[in-house]
Amino acid sequence: MKKTILLGAAIAIISAGAAFADMQKVRMGTEGAYPPYNFINDNGEVDGFEREVGDRVCALAELDCSWVKNDWDSIIPNLVSGNYDTIIAGMSITEERDQVIDFSEQYFPPDPSAYVALKGAGDDAINGVVAAQIATIQASYVASSDATVVEFATPDETLAAVRSGEADAVLADAAYLEPIVAESNGDLIFVGDRPAIGGGIGIGVRESDGDLRAKLNAAIATMKEDGTLNALIEKWFEGRDGPY
Amino acid sequence: MEFCADPATIEGAKWWLCYLTTPKHQQFYFSFLTVLALILLVAPITLILGFGGALARRSRFYPLKLFGQIYTSMVRGVPDIVFFMFVPIAMDQGLEIIRHWINCPDVTGAIYQGNDFVVCTAAKLPLSTSPQWVHETYGFFLALVAFSIVFGAFAANTVDGALNAVPRNQLETGRAYGMTSGQVFRRVHLPQMWGYALPGLSNLWMILIKATPLLFLLGVEDVVYWARELGSSKTSIFTYPHPDWRIWYFAALLVFYLLLTWVSEKIFARFRTRFTRGQASSAGKIAIEAGQ
Repeated sequence: MKKTILLGAAIAIISAGAAFADMQKVRMGTEGAYPPYNFINDNGEVDGFEREVGDRVCALAELDCSWVKNDWDSIIPNLVSGNYDTIIAGMSITEERDQVIDFSEQYFPPDPSAYVALKGAGDDAINGVVAAQIATIQASYVASSDATVVEFATPDETLAAVRSGEADAVLADAAYLEPIVAESNGDLIFVGDRPAIGGGIGIGVRESDGDLRAKLNAAIATMKEDGTLNALIEKWFEGRDGPY
Repeated sequence: MEFCADPATIEGAKWWLCYLTTPKHQQFYFSFLTVLALILLVAPITLILGFGGALARRSRFYPLKLFGQIYTSMVRGVPDIVFFMFVPIAMDQGLEIIRHWINCPDVTGAIYQGNDFVVCTAAKLPLSTSPQWVHETYGFFLALVAFSIVFGAFAANTVDGALNAVPRNQLETGRAYGMTSGQVFRRVHLPQMWGYALPGLSNLWMILIKATPLLFLLGVEDVVYWARELGSSKTSIFTYPHPDWRIWYFAALLVFYLLLTWVSEKIFARFRTRFTRGQASSAGKIAIEAGQ
């Protein structure tokens, strides 16, 4: 009797191990410097909206996921050279990027960008020197406008440039700027209009990784149907309603 | 109740104590050890490569001589940053291509597909199934190789110059005493060489210390990475919100590097008196007069 129990337990352990080993391992690349989309919390872990979306997608698609940090400006090159398997870093789906990598269906709707300047600045600040993060849709938008663009490696440095007076304004995703303006004690204000650039945010995958993309798409579709994606958007982005 | 349970309500010294001991800060402190480990590992490898390169350059066997000359002049002629960007990528892809050939001979697809670098999963280095620390160690290892190759070339030049600087009559005297060329090298040439090599090597050591922030460029999470990450302004989405504190974090790095070079200077001064003792040079004379 004892032997049968032991044997049963052994089989259970082995088959559980086998089931675990069968799960495809996926490394998820993110920037970790763009709250509330993704950031490194005080425990040193990746946290934010995309952390929760990513973990849920992985659970639904039965993938064994781990999180990897990578600087924004090399995030696409390191995906195509195979350092990790997905980019989930607030990356808007654009034609230009789509030529290099593939995107899943969007998990965050098109969201306006916004200009932020020091208090007392007028709407003409957006035609002066405008800071933007390097290789973003905002950087190319400013470059094609009348304003002068200065690019920085991290989003935080773009705001530091405005605070120090090096730039007249910063252009970034409104969802990133809103909590910062709200907590600046009135030092920072929104100026100008809110240009609608970018076509929603998707998970980036290698063009040769069609299978993974299909799995991610199926999981995102499930999350849109059962309302969990809407709930996460409402949790992390104050004042935004889930559109799905 | 735990000491740091509710950071929003605590202030003063307690806030600082809790803030400076977050797991994220512990990763920052650990990264100082990463930098020290890099320096302490690169230094001996550099010395070995330096000796190898110098001896290769002095070799009578022509291919070896040529290799030594190409190594020292090529590595020294290419900007460090270019080399640091190139070596890790080239080595990583080279190793993966070789593993692809060995492990997956039946996979026929091209490795370079447009923008993608595609090798089979069994050829990935490290395997994507390996835990994160393996990936981090591998990145550190690539950086270690790049640093060693570059600094080895500089050290080869220094050692070569120092071997040339030992007066010829010293070596001839050794031979006149009936020593073999190996004995002359070990007993006369090598011990005297150190006195001449030391200024150059200590210089290299200082440059090595100051070059360690290049780790950041290679994607290794070193002190610069964590200083920038921790110093950047934090909204209330974080447990410990604060404005832009990067200047303080970078000031801490400044102190760290100054301390490191200051201690190094002291140690090298000791070495200098030790290696030039009894030597017919001004440094040797000073050592004698100082009673050492």
